[in-house]
Amino acid sequence: MTDRKMADNAPLLEVSNLRVAFPTRTGMAEAVRGVSFTLGREKLGIVGESGSGKSMTGRSILRLVPQPGRVTADRLAFNGEDLLAASPRRMRDIRGRRIAMVMQDPKYSLNPVMTVGRQIAEAYRVHSKAGAAEAKRRALEMLAAVRIRDPERVYDRYPHEVSGGMGQRIMIAMMLIPDPDLLIADEPTSALDVTVQMQVLAILDDLCSQRGMGMIFVSHDLNLVASFCDRILIMYAGRVVESCRASELHAAQHPYTRGLLASLPRIDEPPGDLPVLSRDPMWLEA
Amino acid sequence: MMIDIQNLRVRFGQGADAVTAVDGVTLSVREGESFGLVGESGSGKSTVLRAVSGLNDDWTGRIAVAGTEQGPKRQKGFYKLCQMVFQDPYGSLHPRHTVDRILAEPIAIHGLGDADARIDRVLRDVGLGPAFRFRYPHQLSGGQRQRVAIARALVLEPRVLLLDEPTSALDVSVQAEILNLLRRLRAEHGLTLVLVTHNLAVVANLCDRLAVMNRGRLVEEMSVDELRRGAAREPYTLQLLRASQGYDRATAESFRDYA
Repeated sequence: MTDRKMADNAPLLEVSNLRVAFPTRTGMAEAVRGVSFTLGREKLGIVGESGSGKSMTGRSILRLVPQPGRVTADRLAFNGEDLLAASPRRMRDIRGRRIAMVMQDPKYSLNPVMTVGRQIAEAYRVHSKAGAAEAKRRALEMLAAVRIRDPERVYDRYPHEVSGGMGQRIMIAMMLIPDPDLLIADEPTSALDVTVQMQVLAILDDLCSQRGMGMIFVSHDLNLVASFCDRILIMYAGRVVESCRASELHAAQHPYTRGLLASLPRIDEPPGDLPVLSRDPMWLEA
Repeated sequence: MMIDIQNLRVRFGQGADAVTAVDGVTLSVREGESFGLVGESGSGKSTVLRAVSGLNDDWTGRIAVAGTEQGPKRQKGFYKLCQMVFQDPYGSLHPRHTVDRILAEPIAIHGLGDADARIDRVLRDVGLGPAFRFRYPHQLSGGQRQRVAIARALVLEPRVLLLDEPTSALDVSVQAEILNLLRRLRAEHGLTLVLVTHNLAVVANLCDRLAVMNRGRLVEEMSVDELRRGAAREPYTLQLLRASQGYDRATAESFRDYA
């Protein structure tokens, strides 16, 4: 906790000119093309359509870009530490303990042959010297913190015995039990029903404000990000085309952002054709 | 009435594990109407659609389409009348068939003949054009694939189109294109649409009337005008409406389970 206090004013994460490229038969294909931002103890939304590079941006911070992808950056620093220069051993230490990640679908992220309680306890023991009893106690506390009504009962369940919403809460419990400073959430609620989605977001919201955690929230859902995050980056074809305060998204300037917003159907609007986005080749460079 | 469903029940599983997925649903859809069936996962909305389409043959109750009572097994003529479009265009198209072959198959099954002209016409109809005819699904974007799936349904010139989450696997800009396409096709061909979705905004854009389902039961039926005014009567529908308006800490706190 002490190093957290010291670093309160410094940015949690600095990203400058981040690039992710994959070799193809026709040369290198760049999925992320020069993304720069800094993150404090805030909720930063990264929005974009499929293929915009938003997920790769999130993954490259944890150096989880699959082979043969190549990640380069002028600076990629977490609490002042250069992540690109960190050894694999150091990265294993950072992953989970300092920077955690929640993926979209709990069905594929949880171990199907291990009870959820043991998985959460394991996540704790990997990053601390706690014994089995202590880890179990902490895991039960964490299950209660993500508002699972009967933690004792759920602890002994297997992933296939819980619903999608509960599975995602279990994932969040597992990711937050080592008390990370930064959470990268990649479409954490997209597989969930709207009401469950709101409940899971409320849990993340509370955990962020109570623990002073920073969060990167990757999503395709503009309205959701606008209502949940503090600040938004809008990505298109591997670049950040616009960044704004979440509350000011409706006043976005970039034609891509405006086009995306306009193409969303709205409950309070009469039926009729929706404006279709016409993609300007200029956006690739601007 | 184009579709008339009385007291539909669908159960899955046996004995103690049996789940009643659809629990006595009664609803009807007029000819030319666009009807939305809304609910969360497990509400039974897709199961209703699958029972109507003949994909699920284990149900009780009464289903009539275009005035004809339907049994568990459908006659070939039924599929000429009523076609379905699925959620995931990545899964619903044969990966090793060209668009041409995908579209020729229903024509051959129904012995319609004149395949060449029909395929050409339907591809133009869904905004793809003849250039796409000899491509494979992997050479198409998600939106183009969904257009092919719609073309496959339309090539038989059906009167009813059943749509199961037709835009939820697509990016929002592509969703807008598909919604516009469906609206145009409905007007040009006088189609009756039944749209299953969890997205109230999509229903507001494309439908005239909707029914809300929860845990196998029909909670409430309303017009889209009422939806737009927020004039829902049932607390479950009101909760769904609030949830679709974006994140709000206090609203999230107020949510509860409706049995």
